[in-house]
Amino acid sequence: MDFDLNDEQRLLKDSVDKLIATEYEFERRKRYAAEPDGWSRALWAKYAELGLLGLPFAEADGGFGGGPVETMIVLESFGRGLVLEPYFATVVLGGALVRHGASAAQRATLVPRIADGSLLLAFAWMERQSRYNPADVKTTARRDGGAWILNGEKSLVLHGDVADKIAVTARLSGNQRDRAGIGVFLVDASAPGVQRRGYPTQDGLRSAEITLVDVRVDAADTLGEPGDAMTLVDRVTDEAIAGLCAESIGVMSAMHEITVEYLKTRQQFGRPIGTFQALQHRAVDMFVALEQARSMAIFATMMAGEADPTERRRAIAAAKVQVGRSGRKVGEEAIQLHGGIGMTMEYKVGHYFKRMTMIDRRFGDADLHLATLARLGGLFG
Amino acid sequence: MDLSFTPEERAFREEARRFFRTEIPQAIRDKVAEGRHLSREDIVTSQRIMNGRGWAVPHWPREWGGQDWSPIQTYFYQDEMQLASVPSPLPFNVSMVGPVIATFGNEAQKRAFLPKIANLDIWFCQGFSEPGSGSDLASLRTTAKRDGDEYIVNGQKTWTTLAQYADWIFCLVRTDMAAKKQEGISFLLIDMKSPGITVRPIQTIDGGREVNEVFFDEVRVPVSNLVGQENKGWDYAKFLLGNERTGIARVGTSKERIRRIKQLAALEFVGDMPLIEDARFREKLAAVEVELKALELTQLRVVANERKLAKGKPDPASSILKIKGSEIQQATTELLMDVVGPYVTAYREEREEGWNEPPVGPDYAATAAPTYFNWRKISIYGGSNEIQRNIIAKAILGL
Ligand SMILES: Cc1cc2nc3c(=O)[nH]c(=O)nc-3n(C[C@H](O)[C@H](O)[C@H](O)COP(=O)(O)OP(=O)(O)OC[C@H]3O[C@@H](n4cnc5c(N)ncnc54)[C@H](O)[C@@H]3O)c2cc1C
Ligand SMILES: Cc1cc2nc3c(=O)[nH]c(=O)nc-3n(C[C@H](O)[C@H](O)[C@H](O)COP(=O)(O)OP(=O)(O)OC[C@H]3O[C@@H](n4cnc5c(N)ncnc54)[C@H](O)[C@@H]3O)c2cc1C
Repeated sequence: MDFDLNDEQRLLKDSVDKLIATEYEFERRKRYAAEPDGWSRALWAKYAELGLLGLPFAEADGGFGGGPVETMIVLESFGRGLVLEPYFATVVLGGALVRHGASAAQRATLVPRIADGSLLLAFAWMERQSRYNPADVKTTARRDGGAWILNGEKSLVLHGDVADKIAVTARLSGNQRDRAGIGVFLVDASAPGVQRRGYPTQDGLRSAEITLVDVRVDAADTLGEPGDAMTLVDRVTDEAIAGLCAESIGVMSAMHEITVEYLKTRQQFGRPIGTFQALQHRAVDMFVALEQARSMAIFATMMAGEADPTERRRAIAAAKVQVGRSGRKVGEEAIQLHGGIGMTMEYKVGHYFKRMTMIDRRFGDADLHLATLARLGGLFG
Repeated sequence: MDLSFTPEERAFREEARRFFRTEIPQAIRDKVAEGRHLSREDIVTSQRIMNGRGWAVPHWPREWGGQDWSPIQTYFYQDEMQLASVPSPLPFNVSMVGPVIATFGNEAQKRAFLPKIANLDIWFCQGFSEPGSGSDLASLRTTAKRDGDEYIVNGQKTWTTLAQYADWIFCLVRTDMAAKKQEGISFLLIDMKSPGITVRPIQTIDGGREVNEVFFDEVRVPVSNLVGQENKGWDYAKFLLGNERTGIARVGTSKERIRRIKQLAALEFVGDMPLIEDARFREKLAAVEVELKALELTQLRVVANERKLAKGKPDPASSILKIKGSEIQQATTELLMDVVGPYVTAYREEREEGWNEPPVGPDYAATAAPTYFNWRKISIYGGSNEIQRNIIAKAILGL
């Protein structure tokens, strides 16, 4: 048991923190958001240069061999910066699909292109009716000789508007919510029959609604076992949630620091409002909530690679509950303690609040994960 | 960063588990698990067994019986002790006065007291709080006036836990009336058999008799019982209170209570269904489990970090452990009471020798409400949770 980073991890943290502190200063972020993609291609190239895009992939595949801790370091820092680039979609989600679902041959072509920044990925699992259940799939995959034909509609696909390749879940067989019978197909965004409508999300990112009409996918372009891909999807989801927990810590700690700073500087009644005990205690409760969430984000990171899927899910669900609940508390209090200024687009704290709020809606909210954990019998024997 | 334990650490955990579950009498552990009262003898027996193995005071300096354990070993020791429902070695002895004497006392005091404190040959109680001085402890008014080789002590202490069992009391007393309030306080060890001491019990809302008032009327105390320097007692008190906070998280105790809640929830039926199968109940329980898991890791983080801080300097982050630890323990007592349901209403007085009335309803019902009532105390003592928030606001947030 050791909570310290090793030398390499510390180096990584220092360099990413520095990059974010300078490149993601709040006014600059506004400029990136105004670029055509809603994020900065120049920064994307910088991430590639720093090795961040190839970070979680095995060195043999052309990556840098980082593990969950390295990803946690990057995402926490990205959370502090409210980073807009499609890192989560491409490297965390897409990366997990590739690492756990792609053949050696696929990895040999995909990983170098992810690492050099020339390939953007997205994961299209959600549908209009599925809510948070990735096994609720109406999109169909039909075999046609050496190919698959996909038909259906995918929704809220994070960075699906810019992705070069989109990993799509589709049903080969079974009923709408059966866990069996699902495959993951790597669809070229430019393939005939793919239509996408991009739009901004509440937290300044981009998503897409994607329609697939008789889209042909080569049989070699599947991830995991067609018809039996839910184990892959679960694994990817759990890793993604661990990543979101790490990002949340960056978001929450930034909100907390900004708020405490504001309490020290804002004067009312002839003194800093941070001298009022009612506000001090609320700032402390935010801090306690943050530290509890940080502990669970670490737990999620450590358990993300756990081989036993039930133990892994228990831990990940618990972490998502804590992070969701803490995040809501810290966010709401951050706005309240700022008074009117917290309500404005101009000021940064509201943007953190919005990001935190949307993170709770990714891969299941706190209520859903609490129900999951309760069903699994909790954490303690 | 690595959350896994080494084989040596895991072996230590096993060793601790075996020790607590085989060496400490089952009858004592059952009482703790069921929320019943321990007799003086139970507490003494349990601590002496631990001390026999060198496990009553592992955190003390090596020469006085300490073990030089790593933070992980200390954590496993506490966790396994609590999971096995073993009563902690008397905190007034081993966590409070012992470390103060070991750190600030003179050689003669160390020799005279430490081995007996460790073995519970001497039972200490804590004389800090007074009727007018609770959270604002430094305002205390019990006085000690120097008279030759003696102090003459006058005043009153209150909330003194288990004073009825105590041989000695460690007290904060005012030795300089003119100085600023923190600067005129001294730390005295007083023999409870001294003429002029009266102990009056206070019954708590659960019906228990664990706290007392202690009155001092012209009590003569040898000057050799002063710990450290005269008028420096406040520094020692802060040191002591910092140690008290980390002990108060009691993660293992909450884990064990959750196990018991699950066990009883399988016995209690709602219609045809055991309560444990009710989704809403399970979610309520799971929510507490999540906070508890987080606290366990927070505690490990605080403990790991303590190695890097100057020795004896409590980490203000330990206030988080006090706040969350007490909230979670209280939540588990609520759940336990909710599980038992209507039968918590029957009051059944427990005497030293046990119960003589037959139970009303299931035999596990009698302690649920009293435990709930009694456990309200843990967010009050040891520096109330509001005081902990003040500490974090000042020391960590800089407000
Ligand atoms: C959407 C919106 C619409 C508005 N419309 C109008 C309008 O039409 N006309 C108008 O005149 N105003 C309007 N207001 C302003 C509103 O009345 C102020 O925002 C409000 O009075 C709080 O003042 P403040 O924003 O300066 O926060 P501050 O007074 O700086 O307060 C910051 C934080 O400190 C707390 N605080 C302050 N003093 C104390 C204290 N003594 N003890 C404990 N806590 C304290 C506050 O509760 C808050 O949490 C509007 C505000 C908003 C957000
Ligand atoms: C069961 C039990 C056992 C105890 N055992 C012992 C013992 O063995 N030895 C011993 O010395 N003492 C003991 N105590 C006393 C305990 O330490 C005090 O109760 C505690 O310090 C609080 O003091 P008080 O009860 O006077 O409450 P007060 O200090 O009067 O506080 C009343 C309320 O005001 C709040 N408050 C006070 N000051 C502030 C502030 N500055 N800001 C915000 N809120 C504030 C408190 O949090 C509390 O909610 C025990 C108490 C209990 C309940």
